Amino acid sequence: MKQFKYLLSSTIAIAALATAPSASAFCGFYVAKADTELFNQSSKVALVRDGDRTVITMANDYIGDPTEFAMVIPVPTVITKEQVHISDPALLDHLDAYTAPRLVEYFDENPCERRYRKEMMMRSMSAGGPQAPVAMMEDAESLGVTIEESFSVGEYDILILSAEESDGLQIWLEKSGYKVPPKARKTLGSYIKQDMKFFVAKVNLEEKAKQGGEMLRPIAVAYESPKFMLPIRLGTVNAKGSQDLFVYTLTKNGKVETTNYRTQIIPSDKELPIFIKDDFGDFYKDMYKTAANREGGHGVFMEYAWDMNWCDPCAADPLSNDQLQELGVFWLNEGRDDQPMPMRPKMRRPMPMAKNVYVTRLHVRYDAQSFPEDLKFKTTGDKKNFQGRYILRHAYEGQMDCPEADAYRKQVNQRKNKEINTLANLTNWETSYIRQKIKASGKGGFFSEFPEKPKSDWWNNIWPGDQK
Amino acid sequence: MAGIPQYMQGRGVFLRALLADPRHYQIIVLSSLILLGTFHFAFQLPWWHVVACVGSTLGTQAFADRLIGRKFDARSPLISALSLTLLLRTGSVTLSIAAGVLAIGSKYILRWRGKHIFNPANFGLVILSLLFTGAWISPGQWGTAPIFALFLLGMGGIVTGKAKRWDVSLTLLVSYAALLFGRAIWLGDPLTIPVHQLQSGALLIFAFFMISDPKTTPDARLGRVLYAMIVAALGFSIQFAFYNAAGIILALIITAPLVPLIDRFFPSGRYQWPKFSLSPNGVSNETVQIPAE
Repeated sequence: MKQFKYLLSSTIAIAALATAPSASAFCGFYVAKADTELFNQSSKVALVRDGDRTVITMANDYIGDPTEFAMVIPVPTVITKEQVHISDPALLDHLDAYTAPRLVEYFDENPCERRYRKEMMMRSMSAGGPQAPVAMMEDAESLGVTIEESFSVGEYDILILSAEESDGLQIWLEKSGYKVPPKARKTLGSYIKQDMKFFVAKVNLEEKAKQGGEMLRPIAVAYESPKFMLPIRLGTVNAKGSQDLFVYTLTKNGKVETTNYRTQIIPSDKELPIFIKDDFGDFYKDMYKTAANREGGHGVFMEYAWDMNWCDPCAADPLSNDQLQELGVFWLNEGRDDQPMPMRPKMRRPMPMAKNVYVTRLHVRYDAQSFPEDLKFKTTGDKKNFQGRYILRHAYEGQMDCPEADAYRKQVNQRKNKEINTLANLTNWETSYIRQKIKASGKGGFFSEFPEKPKSDWWNNIWPGDQK
Repeated sequence: MAGIPQYMQGRGVFLRALLADPRHYQIIVLSSLILLGTFHFAFQLPWWHVVACVGSTLGTQAFADRLIGRKFDARSPLISALSLTLLLRTGSVTLSIAAGVLAIGSKYILRWRGKHIFNPANFGLVILSLLFTGAWISPGQWGTAPIFALFLLGMGGIVTGKAKRWDVSLTLLVSYAALLFGRAIWLGDPLTIPVHQLQSGALLIFAFFMISDPKTTPDARLGRVLYAMIVAALGFSIQFAFYNAAGIILALIITAPLVPLIDRFFPSGRYQWPKFSLSPNGVSNETVQIPAE
């Protein structure tokens, strides 16, 4: 029996995509990012949307026997072969890296002499997974199931089904070798009545062998429908606990938000203790969890919303025009066919023409109870940039010989206390645990007790001759 | 009131006067919602947008009243501004101001038989969001947390008789809920779905504080009930057949021109805001019904 899979997801690798971020980035020096691999059981979907046109790219994290793989996704319209494309897994990974929450660091100057220090950065890498196959056709008519389209693209055999009622569809799926959870029947019925079609994909083993490689590539589908939504209900039928979904939307006009759930922004621009540099992944996971728990364990969080032309600091380079085209951004060449490429005079490097693309990254944690409805979206006109950004401020630890030094040390210690509280509040970690981690890391510790001047009140200076 | 000190009497009078006009209750509730939303639920609502919107509605009203020689009253435009602030999202102060001007302007320009046709806040909201990509209606910005409070405040208005048009609010909510539940049953969906769909802050604000405006609803109760049902049905259709989440808000502007027609079939006295005066004897408070023409 094939595993019934509803929304593809991906744990596919990230190569070191980022080119070196500029060292003088205004928003701090880039240190690390929290990419989707931190979250188990997560799915990644890119949605390109303008007007009624949608291009959806679904990443696939299926690991296991290819013959066992199958997926069923409700789609708003019949899909033909020309509307389906096999995409490059690196694309979604790049998009993930570009939009990931990021850690940046600043270095204090010597309070005694104004001096600049400079900086380094890190990157993260990861690994990929394998996948699976097979297709067959069956007499569907008697069950009220219509095979609207049947075609193969890349390593996938794809059927587009429409159905009259859920029993027939379920029987057909069972007969064709799909294991359908009994509870899914009602949900299938609901989609049928809403005039949704079903996109059913299996892996074609021969093609898979020809293509080689370990993993299944993402499937991209282009369609035209007023429905701007993602079906998540089938995926919650059998899921235990909550699931994570990353939605990357690319639009012309601005931010995308959910209309039937509240879209919140993830806490950002927080100053944290230095040891987080090595524990950024853990920090982010727990911070997300804490934020979600404050909303009852689930929620839609915006982690990034930015104009695709730039980033500051960059967790990865913005996507190139070719990459965007591959993801389905269909308006890139609109109305600029004959225009010469404008070059601004004093650019550091030649900039390609500005692209009219705005990316939003939504991180959704959901389960059947808290998210009974599919996700519905709306493009807003909001182009205000937002990023999940966390800050390390390194104290100056060199030699300091001046009157300001004591005040500086005191201020740094206060700052560090504040950072500990911030971290405890964001992650629900115990402050004692955090203090212990700071000690163990040997980084960013408190300034040791410095000789404190005897406390002096203003009246002590009025009558200096008096005995104290 | 023998035995009660003069100043205490004064205070009681003030309180009664405060609550005598349903608009006062609305102003208090809407302002509290804005404060709650801004400080507790982290709505992306900069205070200067609120100020700009309030300023533009008051300014427009003052200007228009002067033009037609009527006494300026800040309460109605204030309610329009607060509703606009709660429902309209924009990153641009200019658009906030434009919304206020449009909303109040519509009251003076688009009139029929002595009544303005469109609910001012609704008009400003819809026209702005249709014309500019930089302004939009954000039905999902309310989580489920403030919903209960909002429901209580809305119902509170009804129970205490502060909402003169509670029949519209309740009919709208009941018909809309009936449609949502009917749809779920037809689809075989779990009932958590319509329950979730009803937990919409925008819907409740709309029901309790927008469609219930006595000036733009039909004069007769029967007419109002009919009208609320039409709005609910149209809003539901827009939401589920045309996939526009702001369906109910669009439905109000589309059906507004029906109100004069409904008034014709179901004539009744026209609503006037209560007139009361503070005098040493207390408050004189009466709702004046003017006979229909």
